[in-house]
Amino acid sequence: MTPQYPHASMYRTTEGLGLWAHRGKVAAVGVGHSPTARRWDGNPETCVGAWSILALRKAIADAGVAPDQIDGLILDPVTTTGAYWPEGAPVPMDVVNAFKPTSDLLDGIAKLSADWILQNMPELTNIQFVMYAPRCMSHAVVVAAQAVGSGLTHTCLVLKSWHNFEGRYYQGGANAQDAIDGTSAISRLWGTPASYGTALQFAEYCRKYGKTHDMMAPFITNSRRNGLMFPEGYWAQHRPEHLTAEDYLAARWIAKPANLFDNDIPIMVSAAYLFTTPERARDMKHKPVYILNHASSRGTPRSLTPTLDEVEAETSKTGRKLYEGAGITAADLSFENTYDGFTLFHQFHIEGLGYRGMKHGDALDFYQTDISISGPNPVSPSGGNIGSGRSRFWMHTDCIQQLQGRAGARQVTGVKPEIAISGGPMPLGGNFTVWSATPG
Amino acid sequence: MAKQGVVPDALTQPFWDAANAGRLVIQHCNACNRLQHPPAPTCQQCGSGDHLAWKDMSGRGTIYNYGVVYDCPVRLLQADQPFNVAVIMLDEDPGIQMYSHLPGTPVDQVPVGGRVEVIFETTANGQKVPEWRVVG
Repeated sequence: MTPQYPHASMYRTTEGLGLWAHRGKVAAVGVGHSPTARRWDGNPETCVGAWSILALRKAIADAGVAPDQIDGLILDPVTTTGAYWPEGAPVPMDVVNAFKPTSDLLDGIAKLSADWILQNMPELTNIQFVMYAPRCMSHAVVVAAQAVGSGLTHTCLVLKSWHNFEGRYYQGGANAQDAIDGTSAISRLWGTPASYGTALQFAEYCRKYGKTHDMMAPFITNSRRNGLMFPEGYWAQHRPEHLTAEDYLAARWIAKPANLFDNDIPIMVSAAYLFTTPERARDMKHKPVYILNHASSRGTPRSLTPTLDEVEAETSKTGRKLYEGAGITAADLSFENTYDGFTLFHQFHIEGLGYRGMKHGDALDFYQTDISISGPNPVSPSGGNIGSGRSRFWMHTDCIQQLQGRAGARQVTGVKPEIAISGGPMPLGGNFTVWSATPG
Repeated sequence: MAKQGVVPDALTQPFWDAANAGRLVIQHCNACNRLQHPPAPTCQQCGSGDHLAWKDMSGRGTIYNYGVVYDCPVRLLQADQPFNVAVIMLDEDPGIQMYSHLPGTPVDQVPVGGRVEVIFETTANGQKVPEWRVVG
């Protein structure tokens, strides 16, 4: 089956669209996660393909649905965290031959096609709809919501997987060469790491609003604390260490004002969700979590890097789109779970949402108040990428589990979990979802 | 600093040729009278590819923002860490940005809002690149 890429009409990118036509008519009913690892250990049972199968099977079991009832699969075929298979390195045939391979021998190791999944999950006998949603789970979730809502699929698996190999983040390829092409050179000759653009926006934010980097510390410690209560997460599984404000403030700079802990740690991990219609959800194991709306931001900077004005305009627009289509206001949010990888843009997301009445420039002061899961204003109860490693999906899993009342030690207690927003990644380019405990 | 060499491509050849001649040029859409950078095959405002030209700039600007890079992914620059990377706004249009290492400016002592002028630095393969230095 040849996967499709989403048509532009599947996204809600503008204001004025009114209530989402499928509001409350799509439900998340299953969640499955693989284990986590810092890097692949070379074994077949831990490759990105194997962990994808594991996550998918867990989501199916979690929902309590028969595999032959599943008719859709949405995934991201790109699985890199920034690590690529070394050019010229031999492909590990023991891993390839442990599965039913496709014609691309790195499929299931350094990338992931729908064909590879379907060949290796023979129980999925009824897949009629396959779509690719590149970059992250936030993208896959909004595409799945629209696909189920519009009847392209009625019971759909949604998958995002990440591989990570030896070597340092983004230090190979063109960055290791003596010369680069002219188009790339316009922006890349100056050697900026990935967090540089966000660091710039944060620096401008601090100058404009009179804030300082150390005001981020409560957000960081809260994120790690929440992440350590996420049993599926990297830090909880491998390095259950709390992060103190002192640790954060003493961390080395990466691109000042972004330090080590403002950056997320690349890991290997897979997660899968099962989406279906409310009618079918009635027969499944867990309480469904309904989607009230989704919206996407597609802002483009005028020049090399987004300015603070551009960021704030776009995040505010995203907030308005989300509320308009869901038929809610900021006051309806029980908590927020917007993206944090890099930490220094989380405030842009929540200020754009107007979370707890916030306006631009308010978030760092808000971080100095009680933002814990037990307080009245939870911020990032998932702990996000900072709390559990770079997956870009902890926020979605957390919204589903919180609204189902099965977030375990992470369960919010200071608010009744009714409506929440998750999504990202970037302030100028992301996909966001409004989740609800009821169909609205 | 030893920047990577540059291999001009069709889209950016005029920009790099001008740099070798000691001139700063920026792509300009003659249809909507608008500068754009980075260069693109079409105007990002009107979509036209037929009205794009290269326009000489004065080579003067202002420092809009900056960060300090301590963990650089580019191998050739790692020996020079930490270093400034500033964002310059051109006098002709403050919406047009260019990056700069600000040669001569101490690390993390970047005067945001300060005036700069263009200079041309030679990269690893001899191609020149616009850079900026603080003036006044």
